[in-house]
Amino acid sequence: MKLRLRWLIPLAALPVVGLLAYGFRTDPRAVPSPLVGRPAPAFTLTTFDGKPVSLESQRGKVVVLNFWASWCYPACYEEAPALEAGWRQFQSKDVVVLGVAIQDKEPASLNFIQRFGLTFPNAPDPAGKVSIDYGVYGVPETFVIDRKGVIRQKHVGGVTDTVFRESVEPLLAEKASTGGA
Amino acid sequence: MGFVALAVVAGVHRTAFAATVSDEDVQAIASQLRCVVCQNLSVADSPSEMAHQMRALIRERLAAGDRPAEVMTYFVQRYGDWVLLAPPARGLNLVLWLAPFGAVVGGLVLVLTLVRRWRQAPIAPSPATAPVVGAAERERLAAELERLRD
Repeated sequence: MKLRLRWLIPLAALPVVGLLAYGFRTDPRAVPSPLVGRPAPAFTLTTFDGKPVSLESQRGKVVVLNFWASWCYPACYEEAPALEAGWRQFQSKDVVVLGVAIQDKEPASLNFIQRFGLTFPNAPDPAGKVSIDYGVYGVPETFVIDRKGVIRQKHVGGVTDTVFRESVEPLLAEKASTGGA
Repeated sequence: MGFVALAVVAGVHRTAFAATVSDEDVQAIASQLRCVVCQNLSVADSPSEMAHQMRALIRERLAAGDRPAEVMTYFVQRYGDWVLLAPPARGLNLVLWLAPFGAVVGGLVLVLTLVRRWRQAPIAPSPATAPVVGAAERERLAAELERLRD
């Protein structure tokens, strides 16, 4: 009886230790998005220069939808040049980079756009509807949407050229129509 | 004519209903949702702009005629079960819900087992460990008793 009890205590502690070991290795901020693999929610926004931009109008192209804010330092500041470079490189290859400024003041957003010389369309999301529709919980977050309008990847944190190479470029080979050739 | 009047009344009624989404109704849903930009705060309690926008969205959806459960589903579809402050009792989450009851039952079993074992054990100390009262102690005890009697 005594022998059994002596083993029982470390044995009971084992699953707890295992759970803690697992828990401390995972990033509590990384939340898997249930939207990956689903059709991207539709939206229409007005860019800072007054042009309407909708997801529907980009159908057939690979869309890099980036949520950012001017107060998001340093991640958004680090990724802005990479986004602009990706846009310039892939613009002619059916890739659209779309920026959505969330929870931001317009003058600050415009400053940010000017500072990095961003030439891809950028729009504010005044009521936060688009960002909530995409399950955004922080900035920067970036969604890669394929030619059929399906969210293929959600990237949390700053975008680098690796994202364009590994997540965007492979999607260009896919056909836009579901029927195929 | 009567039909038109009814339709108008119904229309008016609908807008009237939409306008009367109470703060309590919004709070009831918001308090069950995790503020996505905070640590351990509900959407109802958070002063963040995101939570503010979410409360506005809850109000808007209720006003549009969504039931509270549908509003919750809207958020779960976008943020996953993670957005719920009370995780749904299914799958691996059942461990969370059942573990406290398991701990209580386990504790009761442990206490009962120990109590039973203590009962079975002899109450009187075994002769081997009983303190031996020596002649000196006996003498002193007699002296103390004698003094008490006086």
